[in-house]
Amino acid sequence: MQPHIKKKIQLSLAQICLILASAFFIIPFLWMVSTSLKPITQVFTYPPEWIPNPFQWSNYVDATEYIPFFTYLKNTTVITVLSTLGVILSCPLVAYSFAKLEWKGRNVMFVITIAVMMIPMQVTMIPLFLLFNKIGWVGTPLPLIVPAFFGVPFSIFLMRQFFMGLPDTLRDAAKIDGASEFRIYWQIMLPLAKPAVLAVGLFQFMNVWTDFIGPLLYLTEESQYTLSLGLQQFQSQKGTEWGLMMAVSTMMTLPIIVLFFFMQKTFMQGITFSGIK
Amino acid sequence: MKRDVKNSNMQTSIDGALARDTNKKLLKGSSLTGWLFASPWVIGLLLFYAFPLFSSIYFSFTTYSILQPGEFVGLQNYRQLFSDELFWKSIYNTIYFAVFFVPLSIIIGVALAMMLNMKVKGMAIYRTIFFLPTLVPHVALAVLWMWLLNPGFGLVNGALDMVGITGPNWLGSEFWSKPSLILMSLWAIGQPVIIYLAGLGDIPNELYEAAEVDGANWLQKTFKVTLPLLTPVIFFNLVMGSIGAFQQFTLPYTMTQGQGTPANTLTFYVMYLYDNAFKFFNMGYASAMAWILFILIMALTAVIFMTSKRWVHYQGK
Repeated sequence: MQPHIKKKIQLSLAQICLILASAFFIIPFLWMVSTSLKPITQVFTYPPEWIPNPFQWSNYVDATEYIPFFTYLKNTTVITVLSTLGVILSCPLVAYSFAKLEWKGRNVMFVITIAVMMIPMQVTMIPLFLLFNKIGWVGTPLPLIVPAFFGVPFSIFLMRQFFMGLPDTLRDAAKIDGASEFRIYWQIMLPLAKPAVLAVGLFQFMNVWTDFIGPLLYLTEESQYTLSLGLQQFQSQKGTEWGLMMAVSTMMTLPIIVLFFFMQKTFMQGITFSGIK
Repeated sequence: MKRDVKNSNMQTSIDGALARDTNKKLLKGSSLTGWLFASPWVIGLLLFYAFPLFSSIYFSFTTYSILQPGEFVGLQNYRQLFSDELFWKSIYNTIYFAVFFVPLSIIIGVALAMMLNMKVKGMAIYRTIFFLPTLVPHVALAVLWMWLLNPGFGLVNGALDMVGITGPNWLGSEFWSKPSLILMSLWAIGQPVIIYLAGLGDIPNELYEAAEVDGANWLQKTFKVTLPLLTPVIFFNLVMGSIGAFQQFTLPYTMTQGQGTPANTLTFYVMYLYDNAFKFFNMGYASAMAWILFILIMALTAVIFMTSKRWVHYQGK
């Protein structure tokens, strides 16, 4: 067989695998979207029907009235945006000092940072809750926002890997010209690390946007709830409001999908693992 | 540099070394600058990790709850735990989940990443599709899968029916409830896949070209080039994945509304911990659970680290 034909066959075989695997990943999602447009009577038909008949667009309107959707959306947005901002401000700064500056205790601190990634959040959860309770932050979104401004170990690690891959020459040149360390970081190195900042920001954004246990612990009043918590309200003693719940889930998921689709190339560039030890 | 010049003037060379030293210092910055840059994290580490970590040891020896100050009871919480049936059950459930989920997630994750690393048209769309489930909120994920796995009208049994298999009662069955959860969790492995993809991108192309020149086929390239060079990333995901598996919470919690039904087959360790802490307010008891979990994870991580020398290969070493 000619090598290029062989290669073609291999590629198309691989593509078939890819399509089959994609089906596994997209079918539940499509079902979610399809259910979000179904009248309640059609949700439980058997055999399952894929196309809503009729398209019940009103589910989307009803869903926003069944729970205080816009309040929850606002709460979720505030928490997500602020905590992402916190990560973007703190993690590159700390990572830069791990990757490019030399200071006493740096290596020990880095090892501790890696070790901290292995502490399950449940171990620190109770004392943290008590701490936040003592300073009166339980029942406010502050415990979900403020810690991000002090760094997240996984994000620091990812950023450090990226900074390690950047050449020292630009930095050295600026240094000889008398630029301060912070200016070098802010004006030269940080702009170069944009893909990594984006990756770290997107990871944080996604995790906080759909976070459940954090809001469950700290948000006590309904007026502060996030969408993740709000979703639970579609499940009640009377049963589950399938269509409405799926409508909100779809509305929650779509913006991030669009974000991921358009940013994935930069996002992927930002994650580098070469030189992990 | 000529040797005679270098030797002829010792002083110059010392001066040079000094100059180089200050130069290096100037370039690398002082210790103070380094600490200053790292200071947010140093504070965060102390406040949000070190302090709670150590105070939870203390709490684990008390009967503390939010409602009352509690008293020091020594090892009583631990002793009580060891005779708590649900505690052992939750450990069993958690280990069961981890033992199946972690290896499966590595095999499937690496295979998916390799597929997503091919040069095929429309890859941006495929990659988005594989990442989709990661973006669906867990609460919705739980409800969605409860529906899909419903024995009466769910899609999964519907599909099995078409090929003549009577599907089990998935989430309602004591035998199938955990496998169902494993399946659901595998659906949302987008994040590790992204990390594998990044790892694949770091493998230099020349290695494949060299292998091709030597006449290596696809299988040889995968097992002799790709997988060995991916081991550092597999190692990373193995550690993070095991830790994550031991912390399984949101999916089973929302799916069973905190009950762990049927017959506590879905009561995972952290769910029981959460109930003790925030439902029954037995914070001391829950802290003891947290520390046992921490020690378990540390031991597991240590074992993984010890074996890693045998199977993890770093590039350029």
